[in-house]
Amino acid sequence: MFFKLFKILKGKAIPFYLLLISPALSADWFALNMTRGITDISNEVFELHMLIFWICVAIGALVFSVMFYSMWAHTKEKNPVPAKFHENHKLEIAWTIIPFLILIAMAVPASKTLVKIYDDEAGDINIQVTGYQWKWQYRYLEDDVSFFANLSTDLDEIYNLVPKGENYLQEVDEMVVIPAGKKIRFLITANDVIHSWWMPSFAIKQDAIPGFVNTAWTIVDEPGIYRGKCTELCGKNHGFMPIVVKVVEQAEYEEWVFGKRQEAIKLAELTTKEWSAEELVARGEGIYEVNCVACHQTSGQGISGIFPALAGSDIVMNNKDRNIEILMEGVQGAAMNSFSYLSEVELAAVITYTRQSWGNADKGDGEIVIPKDIVDYKEPKI
Amino acid sequence: MSAVIENHHEDHHHGPAKGITRWLYTTNHKDIGTLYLWFSFAMFLIGGAMAMVIRAELFQPGMQIVEPEFYNQMITLHGLIMIFGGVMPAFVGLANWLVPMMIGAPDMALPRMNNLSFWILPFAFFILLSSLFMEGGAPNFGWTFYAPLSTTYAPPSVTFFIFSVHIMGASSIMGAINVVVTIMNMRAPGVDLMKMPLFVWSWLITAYLLIAVMPVLAGAVTMMLMDIHFGTSFFNAAGGGDPVLFQHIFWFFGHPEVYIMILPAFGIVSHIIETFSRKQLFGYSSMVWAMLSIAILSFVVWAHHMFTVGLPLAAEIFFMWATMLIAVPTGVKVFNWVATMFRGSITFETPMLFAIAFVVLFTIGGLSGLMLAIVPADFQYHDTYFVVAHFHYVLVPGAIFSIMAAVYYWIPKWSGNMYDERLGKLHFWLSFAGVNITFFPQHFIGLAGMPRRYPDYALQFADWNMVSSVGAFLFGFSQILFLFIVLKTVMGGKKATGQVWEGAKGLEWTVASPAPYHTFSTPPKID
Repeated sequence: MFFKLFKILKGKAIPFYLLLISPALSADWFALNMTRGITDISNEVFELHMLIFWICVAIGALVFSVMFYSMWAHTKEKNPVPAKFHENHKLEIAWTIIPFLILIAMAVPASKTLVKIYDDEAGDINIQVTGYQWKWQYRYLEDDVSFFANLSTDLDEIYNLVPKGENYLQEVDEMVVIPAGKKIRFLITANDVIHSWWMPSFAIKQDAIPGFVNTAWTIVDEPGIYRGKCTELCGKNHGFMPIVVKVVEQAEYEEWVFGKRQEAIKLAELTTKEWSAEELVARGEGIYEVNCVACHQTSGQGISGIFPALAGSDIVMNNKDRNIEILMEGVQGAAMNSFSYLSEVELAAVITYTRQSWGNADKGDGEIVIPKDIVDYKEPKI
Repeated sequence: MSAVIENHHEDHHHGPAKGITRWLYTTNHKDIGTLYLWFSFAMFLIGGAMAMVIRAELFQPGMQIVEPEFYNQMITLHGLIMIFGGVMPAFVGLANWLVPMMIGAPDMALPRMNNLSFWILPFAFFILLSSLFMEGGAPNFGWTFYAPLSTTYAPPSVTFFIFSVHIMGASSIMGAINVVVTIMNMRAPGVDLMKMPLFVWSWLITAYLLIAVMPVLAGAVTMMLMDIHFGTSFFNAAGGGDPVLFQHIFWFFGHPEVYIMILPAFGIVSHIIETFSRKQLFGYSSMVWAMLSIAILSFVVWAHHMFTVGLPLAAEIFFMWATMLIAVPTGVKVFNWVATMFRGSITFETPMLFAIAFVVLFTIGGLSGLMLAIVPADFQYHDTYFVVAHFHYVLVPGAIFSIMAAVYYWIPKWSGNMYDERLGKLHFWLSFAGVNITFFPQHFIGLAGMPRRYPDYALQFADWNMVSSVGAFLFGFSQILFLFIVLKTVMGGKKATGQVWEGAKGLEWTVASPAPYHTFSTPPKID
């Protein structure tokens, strides 16, 4: 560990960081304080934060100045004979009552803001947000649009092989798009463990809990791109499931919804297409990288003791039906969840990819799975 | 009670046994206190080494030293070891050494149980640490182990973790019962409740808190065990259970636990400030009442750790107001310390420096706690580095500084030797600088939006994370100096008098230094 650290210290980053380490010079105010945000609520929260901050600073300054005065004026040298006083009921009552009044002065505006935040009527647009290990799913309940948002930062950036981009760890492959000026209500839940959906610019932080639906709302007037994060420890890639919301004008929003619907129709058409093994593997690789790699690893080796290997797995190589069943239903009591939310094409492609990769095709039956197999699996259950 | 005293009177000429059996079989409160203190120091270094791994990884953005999976194991073990292995056993060690001497008792009331409650601890931590080498790795779900991450999605070592927590809990409960029984039954004639030293009061209250909440923790981990191995669904929504229930149970334990780690510190600091200000504590009875109110309030504020789980509005408002109320008795304590120093005759020996730093830095931690109580603002602070900064301010320059202050203050009584004042001061200033460089910038990082428990972060957090890491290494390596100072003092140095400190008051200063193996075999006379 220290050897590696030493190598980093020796690296050329050092002079650069020495500059940055003189903090007041380089770090601007926004790096020191809470974001003000862009909604009425987030502004109110910011004002509240500043109010209590300054009250705390004032209390601290008062208490510490008396203390530091004593430390300076009442040393043994300057005051060899200590005073004898102790207990003074008037003083003691005062320092109980006054803080109490200050607290009320803080709690009343805080409670008022809270009541506003809890005003929870249906929005113009309702979006169901579902946390997964380690991505977010967004379903627009009125507009019939649904997609996943994954971290789009390259692994090479994370492992310091290439320079980090401007939005390092704050970028996703698909942004949540919402129209400006409309009341958006988020219905927040989770599929596996507890996550938390935090968008600082809207002052929204709500835990995403399996079996519960929490709500939060916002009205954003300013179009723009806003970035947030998962804030409840949800496993290995907790730090790698950011949130990006793009606020656009109504017309652009409608256009986006139309585009998303067209995409869905195209995807449905793919289900009936004739597929070759190569096409499926090529398509499956991308799906594997997004959905499976975190646990089963690029090498298909998994992580010993937690996540089973797919390379050389008997089920993967020789048991096509069980293969499909695991992806559709998940494995009870294990970290493997159902992936039935993927499309038939995606499921067929990713299963075929695992059956054809890491030498599995040669060692096992080498059969491919086509979208029709998934449709057939679903059929009797309906 | 007289029978106990007579028994000890008969064998008062017995010194300690020789060799390892002295420590294995000992029922002597001083030996057991020493064992607890050394054990906690070892855990402090192990937990600290883990903190160094964490800060090394966070030194720069990107993944450099460890993988996210291992990073999560480090944050989990760091928290568990520091709380259950570092701070709590250190306070139990201090209670063992000091409570009997402060109330004029010959020993703890239940000496054999005292031995047991210490000697099961090493096993608990051996089990916990051994999970690092198990398949699937150590617990990786944070010290708060929220279900279902700690149940359905946990590594297999979680079962060992549960067993280990049970042992720690049993040890704490036994230790707490021992303290209560000792204080209630073994005070020398004349040591009335309202004449007890504040450290004894703080421990009496702490012990009741422990007895009240450790069984709740045991219940929580047992429900986890049932969910994992016996097919129940306490915390599994798919089986009709409730993941939020876990958090209610956990924090019903967890919040009083926070005060378990700070009340004894209040006691310690009160003694030290009184001694080095050479002036009577400003308000003894208000200090006692403040501690009692803090302890009682600690049972009705737990959900302030859960403001974002989707509680109903009424609950949010109740828990916000109740939490803010705690600021009143806490303020009373701080004002009392300042009033005690005011127009005193102050000197700045190492224990006093740590105590003063405690008052200042704990107050900063308390004020950020007040900010966190404001629910709408907490929606922005929750689970960010602002929270990390807050609880490290109350635990490191809070609880841990008080323990260091206590060691410097009482080590002449324990060892018979004075510590090296110059080195002690150096240790203080290095620790003081280290703690502030580490944790102060974390307020900024948190406000600017960095969530806690992140192994990697966006670029705008890079500067302050690096500053924080530099501070952490400084603080970490300063503790090696502390180890050196303690060893040097134990092995030799200027002989201490019985009184040790000019302004010190209390029964422990009436016996010789080092304190004889058996003290107060006959109860002291109290005027």
